[in-house]
Amino acid sequence: MKDTLSVDPASLKMLEIARERGIETAWDRYLAQQPQCGFGELGLCCRNCNMGPCRIDPFGDGPQKGVCGATGDIIVARNLLRMIAAGAAAHSDHGRDVVETVMRVATGEAKDYAIKDENKLKALAAEFNINTEGRTVKEIAKELAEAVLEEFGTRKGYIQTVERVPAKRKEIWERLGLLPRGIDREVVEAMHRTHMGVDNDPANLILHGLRCSISDGWGGSLLATEFSDVLFGTPQPVKGKSNLGVICKNAVNILVHGHEPILSEMLVAAAKDPELVAAARARGADGINLVGMCCTGNEILMRHGIPAAGNFLQQELAIITGALEAVVVDVQCIMPALGQLAACYHTKFISTSPKAKFPGAVHVPFDEHHALDTAREIIRLAVENYPNRNKDRVFIPEDITEYVAGFSVEAILKILGGTLNPLIDAIKNRSIRGIAALVGCNNPKITQDYNHLNMVKELIAKDVLVVETGCAAIASAKAGLLLPEAAELAGPGLAGVCRALGIPPVLHMGSCVDISRILVVAAAIAGELGVDIADLPVAGAAPEWVSEKAVSIGAYVVASGIFTVLGTVPAVLGSKVVTELLTRQAKDLVGGYFAVETDPFRAAELIINHIDEKRAALGI
Amino acid sequence: MQKEVLINFDRCLGCRSCQLACAVAHSTAGNLFGAILNGEKPRTRIFVHQVGGQKAPLNCRHCEDAPCIDACIAGAMHRQEDGTVTNVGGEQQCTACWMCVMVCPYGVIRSDAAGTMALKCDRECRDEAGVPACVRACPTGALVYAGVDEYSGRRRVDVLARALQQVSGNF
Repeated sequence: MKDTLSVDPASLKMLEIARERGIETAWDRYLAQQPQCGFGELGLCCRNCNMGPCRIDPFGDGPQKGVCGATGDIIVARNLLRMIAAGAAAHSDHGRDVVETVMRVATGEAKDYAIKDENKLKALAAEFNINTEGRTVKEIAKELAEAVLEEFGTRKGYIQTVERVPAKRKEIWERLGLLPRGIDREVVEAMHRTHMGVDNDPANLILHGLRCSISDGWGGSLLATEFSDVLFGTPQPVKGKSNLGVICKNAVNILVHGHEPILSEMLVAAAKDPELVAAARARGADGINLVGMCCTGNEILMRHGIPAAGNFLQQELAIITGALEAVVVDVQCIMPALGQLAACYHTKFISTSPKAKFPGAVHVPFDEHHALDTAREIIRLAVENYPNRNKDRVFIPEDITEYVAGFSVEAILKILGGTLNPLIDAIKNRSIRGIAALVGCNNPKITQDYNHLNMVKELIAKDVLVVETGCAAIASAKAGLLLPEAAELAGPGLAGVCRALGIPPVLHMGSCVDISRILVVAAAIAGELGVDIADLPVAGAAPEWVSEKAVSIGAYVVASGIFTVLGTVPAVLGSKVVTELLTRQAKDLVGGYFAVETDPFRAAELIINHIDEKRAALGI
Repeated sequence: MQKEVLINFDRCLGCRSCQLACAVAHSTAGNLFGAILNGEKPRTRIFVHQVGGQKAPLNCRHCEDAPCIDACIAGAMHRQEDGTVTNVGGEQQCTACWMCVMVCPYGVIRSDAAGTMALKCDRECRDEAGVPACVRACPTGALVYAGVDEYSGRRRVDVLARALQQVSGNF
């Protein structure tokens, strides 16, 4: 679908306003970038050393080797590995920040935080062989955090949390040498291998890419999820509202955007501070309205039902409403365009992480030692900015859709009555044909949300339970697919299950690091059935993916044995060897493999065929 | 006025995007991913070279008095109504005698991959707006599709603006 920029009515209204006001957005910049470099699109450009830059002629007409002698296959494989490493680094560094916060809670340095989920803390302690008997929560937390921080540079063989995979999966990883030896180590080794003159075997490079991605999916991301739950509580089903209409005309509006919940959790608390609410009222506002964007939004949505203003391509549109007093950002997926855009309005663009500074931003450094004070300072900046709002330039689209989110593994188990058996039975008797995980971003190469929503609708109509995270989940929230009522769009089998349990046919399982929750469920189902993850009628998809994190996600999902469909073309087609490896040979090696399908209907068909194949093999 | 592919030599970064776009435009699939997946090997008809410190593209000038047409023994090379010089669709088939290659003052005629036919810019790559693929692909405006007088007029204004700015200091 190319003739419209978005299927989201709120986005379309805001894009019209942007056009009237002569404001540029990512869609305009995408057009200005056309045509994009073909060498880059194929992954055939290498900038890893200063004999280059080199590029390989994909048609065999021009140079076929870089100065060092690297072929297209080598260059494509090296570039892909670097993307995986960058994505794994982003997720895992986020994880480290959360674990360090738990450590500071334990040592009493981060006095504004507490351990919210003691059960999970103790379960993790048991997993890491830490004694919990007769010890205080803080003592356990300290020893656990120390042990987990060790995982980033461990010397003990491989990281602890891979023990969560079924035995058959671990055997495969052991055989292929894919057990990650430390979360940071695999990223460092990826950079080493891709340095000029090191690893020049495409298959060897890709296999390391899989190992690096496993250190993310079953390491850094998983720990980010688990420790966020320990610190802020494990999500339970929660109702909320979504889309740009959640921005209030008469309130101090604060948009939190990025990925880490460490600051945003404090902002949620500070926004309720009676003194600050009174200050907002004194300036003529009804109150303080905190709304989320992207995965910071997802984190506080999952735990507090904070409204989700939108997904990735709506970050600029939220500012264009003219009704945001502040955009507060932490890390990842924050467009550097926001500074210049915010300057067109009264909106304060506030960066908070020492890792992520932006042109045109006010930097309010955030650290866990003075968390609540910093959060209050940020909210105060927004409140004081309210009188500067130009009411004539405010346009807020009315679109609001309700959602139910908060489906952590624990929440799903609770709904099922404590065990996965009802779910497994439903899969066995074909009420649920299979499970598809739809994740990832928005990409201006694709009509916003078009691929997400059409894949979801196709899949649930054919009785495939859909689980989502990240911007894909927000797309479904905005379209009303996260409501139990959406069961009427599902096939009879799935609809029956949804009605019996009172759940939507599409389960919002969290932010993009929370894909680990999906893996944990898959591993548990496989364990229960005594099979490998690769044997299950499950599939993954990233219909509108953008980021290097998504590349790492795709790699660890495939490495976990799950067939994955990508909706935008990755930069690998310049190498037949690498393309074959990812789309065919991977199946023999790890069970999972990739397909690329830009059409959402055909992509859904690929998933359904795969699910049916797996059902047949299992004899169900 | 008839348009030509003209070159702002100081703008070329040597990215070879024009070459890739030219090859893709002459593939059966007509798009990059499709051509790659089909295993096609289309050849470019525009060439980027490094000459000293300068990077520069060059393609057929579609000369008014075209030596390649005069030299074509087979009678394949001809001029179309819109001024395009091509060896496709002429009175006879190209016989790969390479006379055109030898007489071309610019060296912009080459062989096809099999060595059975001369290959040159045929402008069979223009979009609905009539703009050639190489020009569309150029990210810096090194390639311009314009009428000659329109182009030279623009260059005159440009050079005068710079020269007079230096004289008056505040043009």
